[in-house]
Amino acid sequence: MSDGGLPHRSERSELIQLQSLGVVALGGVIGSLARYGLAEAFPHGSGQFPWATFATNVLGCFLIGVLLARLTPRSHPLLRPFLGTGILGGFTTFSTFAVDTEKLLHEHVIVALVYFFGTLAAALLAATLGEWTGPKR
Amino acid sequence: MSVLLVALGAAVGAPLRFLVDKHMVDRLLRSTRLSSPLPWGTFAVNVLGSFVLGLLTGVTDQTVTLLVGVGFCGAFTTYSTFAAETTALAASGRRAAALLNVVLNLGVGLLAAIVGAVLA
Repeated sequence: MSDGGLPHRSERSELIQLQSLGVVALGGVIGSLARYGLAEAFPHGSGQFPWATFATNVLGCFLIGVLLARLTPRSHPLLRPFLGTGILGGFTTFSTFAVDTEKLLHEHVIVALVYFFGTLAAALLAATLGEWTGPKR
Repeated sequence: MSVLLVALGAAVGAPLRFLVDKHMVDRLLRSTRLSSPLPWGTFAVNVLGSFVLGLLTGVTDQTVTLLVGVGFCGAFTTYSTFAAETTALAASGRRAAALLNVVLNLGVGLLAAIVGAVLA
């Protein structure tokens, strides 16, 4: 191990970890504000299909497919934490999906089931389509 | 003010999800190449976040709703990573694991939301 200018490998990876936390937080804020903006712009009433959350989750799943298909071992180590874990992780949400489904089960069972399984199907399809846009497939 | 509350909740929720995931499961890229267990980190944050948001059922305080519900729970849980990990499992030929991942996340996630709402 050299004690020259470059930090040791373990120190470098610790630095990357710390920087990753920072960019995940920043990306998470950006993605969450975009999700909040969409939810405010397209509110859904009692018993209605939650279109804003549906669109948010499906779009985010498409974009993570696009991102993962383009990442290579040579990509910047902070790119995936920032765009994937941060922005898209903050943009999409599982908790609102689950709790909206729970509320809909009391209000309109059919809409609840269509929302629950429709989001799953559309999200998995979107992620797959996103991956297909990349050079790897 | 609303925007600040959402941002603050997200600034805690997103890195906390990252820490839980980092310390609980293999990274997605590794899981696509090696046979590894299910992505338990994403499962854990989705179930926990759905439970906490369920607990907020009936809460009318806008500060709590925006900070903890929209900001923290929204950023702590993720649909995109769940979907990407599921399609990666399926693409690597581990279809049973992919199916199990879907059943666990959706089943236990919804159950956690229901339990949270009942306790609220």
